[in-house]
Amino acid sequence: MQQSNKYIIIFSLVLTAVLGGMLSGVSQVLGPAQKKAQDLDTKKQILGAIPSEKEALAGMEAEQILARYKEVISSEVADFQGNLVDTNEKGGAMVAEEVNIEKNYKKSAEDRMFPVFKYTNNGEEAYILPVYGAGLWDAIWGFVAVNPDLKSVRGISFDHKGETPGLGARITSDDIQARYQGKSLYNDNGEFVAITMVKGEKTPEDKLGPNKVDGLAGATLTANGVNDMLMNYITYYQKYFDKHVRGGAMTLNNQ
Amino acid sequence: MSTETVEAPVAKESEALLSKRRKKFITDPLNDDNPITVQVLGICSALAVTTQMKPTMVMALSVIFVMIFSNLIISLLRNAIPGRVRIIVQLAIVATLVTLVNEVLKAYAFDVYKQLSVFIGLIITNCIVMGRLEAFALGNKPYDSVLDGLGSGLGYSWIILVVAFFRELWGSGKVFGYDLMGAIGFENFAANGLMVSPVGAFIVLGFIIWVMRARSGYVEH
Repeated sequence: MQQSNKYIIIFSLVLTAVLGGMLSGVSQVLGPAQKKAQDLDTKKQILGAIPSEKEALAGMEAEQILARYKEVISSEVADFQGNLVDTNEKGGAMVAEEVNIEKNYKKSAEDRMFPVFKYTNNGEEAYILPVYGAGLWDAIWGFVAVNPDLKSVRGISFDHKGETPGLGARITSDDIQARYQGKSLYNDNGEFVAITMVKGEKTPEDKLGPNKVDGLAGATLTANGVNDMLMNYITYYQKYFDKHVRGGAMTLNNQ
Repeated sequence: MSTETVEAPVAKESEALLSKRRKKFITDPLNDDNPITVQVLGICSALAVTTQMKPTMVMALSVIFVMIFSNLIISLLRNAIPGRVRIIVQLAIVATLVTLVNEVLKAYAFDVYKQLSVFIGLIITNCIVMGRLEAFALGNKPYDSVLDGLGSGLGYSWIILVVAFFRELWGSGKVFGYDLMGAIGFENFAANGLMVSPVGAFIVLGFIIWVMRARSGYVEH
């Protein structure tokens, strides 16, 4: 077998070029399909925050989902002060679906953009707010559908990048997400307390009350991440609700 | 070509596509020479992905794909690969194939991609893949290597699918997401949390190894 250094170097260079070329070619070819899949997935998650829509989503084709999304969701983007933002950094029109929550999360809260998705169907209204945080292994995020008074949760959809399948990754399952339905973001004294996932599982409902949901056995750290995410992120929308949503939200006084 | 190391009766002119010798490439890893239970390779992924059947199935198919094609490519290049950098070359080819699988899943099976992408990436570190390249593909003809890759891939796959079946069934009462326990009348089936943790995989895997070794009489020396 050839052993000269020259041969080895040439072989390695050729191999690198061939494999590298192949991969970049594949990523070029698959790029549009991947972007489409990702876009559809985001819209599915946004719609999925509304429980009745989530049920309908299961039997829908991609085109139907996009059509339904267009029909019931309108969106806008607010800044930290609650003012609406129309133009993006490049001067183009600001599109809520294109706001990269992950990139925003790295900025300080004052510099972030906050997309709001408004759900309207037969006079029924809900506001779907993106939330973002850290799980055990990687990022977790979700969409929380709140009633216009910002007091109670209509539904929720979570997603994650790398939580353990069967453990932390269960936050994406319907039965875990259904636990949040109808729960309250405020305690009896009117203080913002968000919704906490308790440790352990199979806690009876009467012990949980309106501000707590049952936990994830074996995935306490992911559950903690979810708790922190809800606690931190929803408060940023307070000013938007004060300024733009009728019915007026209660003042958040969790500080 | 002078360093060809095909064992045993070198085929006269043309060997049957599935001769007895070649069939053994596929059947041996299923039982007597199973990569997981006998060679004890690829354990990490067997523990990690097997909480549910569906992702396990995708993992199994991905590993079979990567094994077949990496074996094929390495076998085709076996006389050109410099001995001193062969491990790096193998790694580069496996990594390329794995990335390919990941990209295709991302484009056409986004849900599965989200669930599995961490583990698909880890196929690169699956000892079964590198082990077969090193032990077989570097010294054998392409077609034989493909069969060997297929055999080892299937041997790996059936074990992780069995582990996943028991873990999903006992851990959540479901199979492929279908509520099996509920359907056969155990509506109040109490899911066993141990089974969804990696410990559960060790237990199930231990049982499978026990049964297989008891049947074959294999003893570790």
